Amino acid sequence: MKRAIITVVGKDTVGIIARVCTYLAQNNINILDISQTIVQGYFNMMMVVDMNQKEKHFGDIVGELHTLGEEIGVMIKCQKEEIFDKMHRI
Amino acid sequence: MINILEVAETNQMIEKENLDVRTITLGISLLDCIDSDLERLREKVYQKIYQAAKELVQTGEEISREFGIPIVNKRISVTPIALIGAAACKKPEDFAQIAKTLDQVAEKVGVNFIGGYSALVSKGMTEADRLLIESIPMALSCTERVCSSVNLGSTKTGINMDAVRLMGEIIKQTAEYTKERDSLGCAKLVVFCNAPDDNPFMAGAFHGVTESDRIINVGVSGPGVVKTALSKVRGESFEVLCETIKKTAFKVTRVGQLVAQEASRMLDVPFGIVDLSLAPTPAIGDSVADILCEIGLEYAGAPGTTAALALLNDQVKKGGVMASSYVGGLSGAFIPVSEDQGMIDAVVAGALTLEKLEAMTCVCSVGLDMIAIPGDTKASTISGIIADEMAIGMVNQKTTAVRIIPVIGKGVGETVEFGGLLGYAPIMSVNGFSCEAFINRKGRIPAPIHSFKN
Repeated sequence: MKRAIITVVGKDTVGIIARVCTYLAQNNINILDISQTIVQGYFNMMMVVDMNQKEKHFGDIVGELHTLGEEIGVMIKCQKEEIFDKMHRI
Repeated sequence: MINILEVAETNQMIEKENLDVRTITLGISLLDCIDSDLERLREKVYQKIYQAAKELVQTGEEISREFGIPIVNKRISVTPIALIGAAACKKPEDFAQIAKTLDQVAEKVGVNFIGGYSALVSKGMTEADRLLIESIPMALSCTERVCSSVNLGSTKTGINMDAVRLMGEIIKQTAEYTKERDSLGCAKLVVFCNAPDDNPFMAGAFHGVTESDRIINVGVSGPGVVKTALSKVRGESFEVLCETIKKTAFKVTRVGQLVAQEASRMLDVPFGIVDLSLAPTPAIGDSVADILCEIGLEYAGAPGTTAALALLNDQVKKGGVMASSYVGGLSGAFIPVSEDQGMIDAVVAGALTLEKLEAMTCVCSVGLDMIAIPGDTKASTISGIIADEMAIGMVNQKTTAVRIIPVIGKGVGETVEFGGLLGYAPIMSVNGFSCEAFINRKGRIPAPIHSFKN
């Protein structure tokens, strides 16, 4: 399975998850897991998503999520899962 | 499954602590380009490199986007040009023509440096080796991206002192040829003892003749990550200190391994090695000297520096070795002066001298690196500095190097600005006593007794 990790970091506001999820639904990306915390007023979310059915190029999704983040006023990153797996699992 | 804290840790390393992959270097063999006609040779070299590397930069950028990790440099190393040009080049100017070809193709494919304008003369020089070495000042002054290296000695062969003497003069000449740019040519010229065939880092990268047709080598980095990790264990025992460095080096190297495998798969080129070096940049917080300070020194160069560096270098290797399937290149901590803000600060404060740097090179990779010295330093003195460094490499069975810049028209107390990753440097004082009679002796220093292991 091609999985990616989406992280959203920034000032908490209404509708962050809704807008990210809408984008993912429109692009056929399935959410497998969500965890979220708020530290000192800062919104911190991590999603594990399944990219198997995605229609766009991975690099384009990264770019579009980044742009969406700028619109909302948060930082959105989308990275392939392997970088975290490699670093934190033997 | 990966948890939010682990993801946050990785991204913090990338965003705040300057974790990056320093370079993906594509090694390309040019042995099949050899021709006795110079024009045909240049055309073959251009085509071979272009075809092999045309997708390198784009691939690097794609990997960078997918994993969210900066890949700072995409570079090329080629077979030592003294071998490739031997049949075609009859004078130094002919070799300089090949350098121009390398520069053109490097610009075309978009890499910032191409290494391999090199000669391997650890025991003796062929006529082609000599012509290439004589062409270096010309080649480095008429190109932007070409890097040159010369291997002057090895544990197995001893030190070629004729070549050491010649390189002292060549470094001075290169400084003269590029004097209107603060002798920048010398920043792209390095001499080695025990040069590795698979080094991905410039200026010393070349594609050894023992390598396959093409190969991907990756150099990782992360001094900032190590420093941040150590700031959390201030005052703890050496055991805790060493364990922390090891664990951090493991994490950093795993990223390099991932990027190397991905680049290898996407370019359909075999994966060679990951170079474990801790490579600093002039950026604040990306400094090896800062790690030494975090270990407990007021400045790099203070008493205890060599021991702290030995410890750091060893733990980086121990952590990194398990993280990668193949480790090679230089693999250790780099201690360039101009490329490391903490080292620059140490020189300015008077804590770090050339002699202390020499001692430090005994316990880490690579050697006297990016050190600016007065422009009126004699060629024989430069050769003496080189000979000392080569001896350290030869006797300790390790790679050592010298990349030293006699800045024409400048003296101690002044600074020189190279720009970009090359940084800036205060000009350091050099021991002025003569070694001319020593350097003027002909021949070579024999291999040390412990090289006879058969």
